[in-house]
Amino acid sequence: MPGRKTVQKRTIAMANPPRVWKFGNDVDTDQIIPGRFLTIYDPRELALHAFEGTRDEFARLAKEGDILVAGRNFGCGSSREHAPLALKGAGIRVIVAESFARIFYRNAVNVGLLPLVCTDTSGISDGEEAAVDTGGGVLVAGSRSYPLGEVPRFLQEIVAAGGLVEYARGLEEVMTCQKTTRSR
Amino acid sequence: MGQTLTEKIFSARCGSPVRAGEVVMAPVDRAMIHDITGPLAIQKFREMGGIRVADPEGVVILFDHQVPADSIEAAQNHVFMRMFAEEQGIRNLDLREGVCHQVMMEKGFAAPGEIVVGADSHTCMYGAAGAFATGIGSTDMGFALKFGALYFRVPESTRVEVSGTFPRRVGPKDLILAITGDIGADGAAYRAIEFAGETIRGMNMAGRMTCCNMAIEMGGKAGLVAPDRATWEYLKDRRQMKPFPLDADTDAVYADRRAYDVSDLAPQVAVPHNVDHVVDVGEVAGTPLDQVFIGSCTNGRFEDLREAADVLGDRSFSEKVRVIVIPSSRDEYLKALRAGLVERFTVAGALVEAPCCGPCMGGAFGLLAPGEVSLSTSNRNFRGRQGSAEAKVYLCSPATAAASAVRGEITDPREVG
Repeated sequence: MPGRKTVQKRTIAMANPPRVWKFGNDVDTDQIIPGRFLTIYDPRELALHAFEGTRDEFARLAKEGDILVAGRNFGCGSSREHAPLALKGAGIRVIVAESFARIFYRNAVNVGLLPLVCTDTSGISDGEEAAVDTGGGVLVAGSRSYPLGEVPRFLQEIVAAGGLVEYARGLEEVMTCQKTTRSR
Repeated sequence: MGQTLTEKIFSARCGSPVRAGEVVMAPVDRAMIHDITGPLAIQKFREMGGIRVADPEGVVILFDHQVPADSIEAAQNHVFMRMFAEEQGIRNLDLREGVCHQVMMEKGFAAPGEIVVGADSHTCMYGAAGAFATGIGSTDMGFALKFGALYFRVPESTRVEVSGTFPRRVGPKDLILAITGDIGADGAAYRAIEFAGETIRGMNMAGRMTCCNMAIEMGGKAGLVAPDRATWEYLKDRRQMKPFPLDADTDAVYADRRAYDVSDLAPQVAVPHNVDHVVDVGEVAGTPLDQVFIGSCTNGRFEDLREAADVLGDRSFSEKVRVIVIPSSRDEYLKALRAGLVERFTVAGALVEAPCCGPCMGGAFGLLAPGEVSLSTSNRNFRGRQGSAEAKVYLCSPATAAASAVRGEITDPREVG
């Protein structure tokens, strides 16, 4: 990578307790990280500009462990991996949405974010205290709990490895066209 | 049970029948990285322990988003990628050729039956050549560079059948906007969209590229047109490849089937801030404009520029708008130049820029101030896409863009020329 001189990086405080950052449908990657910041690759530096212009308080106030909750088609648009990286840099580890755009979903898994599907997020409010029990597949927000879908089986290995880089590091070569199980 | 075009391609490349829903580690025939997503892909390749790229012949590097370099950071990214290309023996087209997707098509880097990945969401455009082509992120690309293969979940398909003849000044962009409005921004999520029917068969390659390009705007993983005479004719001087039959079976199973008739289609406009928020041009006619952009991988080909010039005629563009015209590649620029279109647009008051992504990148140049309104032939009108999050972007065809640039407000091209 080019030796950029990093001017500023975000420091992340632990959320205690974690809160929900609620978004609507069709949140696109241009909102998550606008095009003018795409020469940046450091997650914590990207995080300074997450949702810049559309929801400025996110970059200022999001804390480690906060949970992003959205409606349908979260992350639609560009293939820019800067989008999940910016969210990761802001301290988000889990995103719960009714559905995800395909490229964002893969990118999120690959960089070690956990995208989880929840059939109906409409009852979840912005700012609510929340916790995700990934083992039990449940999001608890406010006083209610919401069941979460599983990551498709072929991606679980990647999640378990901590991302695609870690998964791939141990591999010398891959067998092409080895079919694996059906999913989704 | 028959197979979709996508199932056919994966089955052929994998050597055994593959069905939608199955996950395969499939060989990647070609991979493209550009100046925005490339540096991170290279970093990920290295973090994965990559030393030599599996198939340097199959990789294409080029720069199109920030060219010529618009910042020191962009210049450094370019240097970094040039060094990687040289070290790995990868073809580097640098900033010479134009917008990645147009260049991939015109250099013949995508052909029927091939599996192509690009670290850019509009990679789905190469389905116009009968390839299965899809956009991926940088980490997936790092993996593809290291192994020459990638995990794919073979997608279900949506079959789109199009019939009828386009009315005057209505074309492929109006069709794909209408389809996007109908199917919705996630209506084809995780699916391949197969475009078929007499209208697609009668469409030139430029129009097919416009349609396939926007499959992603419906959440599509790919957009494809089965190869026919037009496809093989296009590839004739670009690839040494003997034509072979490739099409979906008539009894293929589709997740969704849609039919459209373009006979009465009006010019379409996508209004801010969603691509699937599509209306007839009449509903937004009269909207004052600050900027008009004619270009991009969606609509920056010679055919698009010629349509815009036809509508323009010998008029001038309104002094109320900034008009930016960007041919999508060096080849397209030369065609426009030789046909006198560059002169025509320049005389009319436009800035004709060298091939690149331009305002559609939202970070290089041609940015919008808060409160400004742009009309664009590109593919996305997301909030902040072309600059300020307080600006508005409308999307349309080259004909509508030209007519609107003449009047300084959104205009039905049938009223102008």
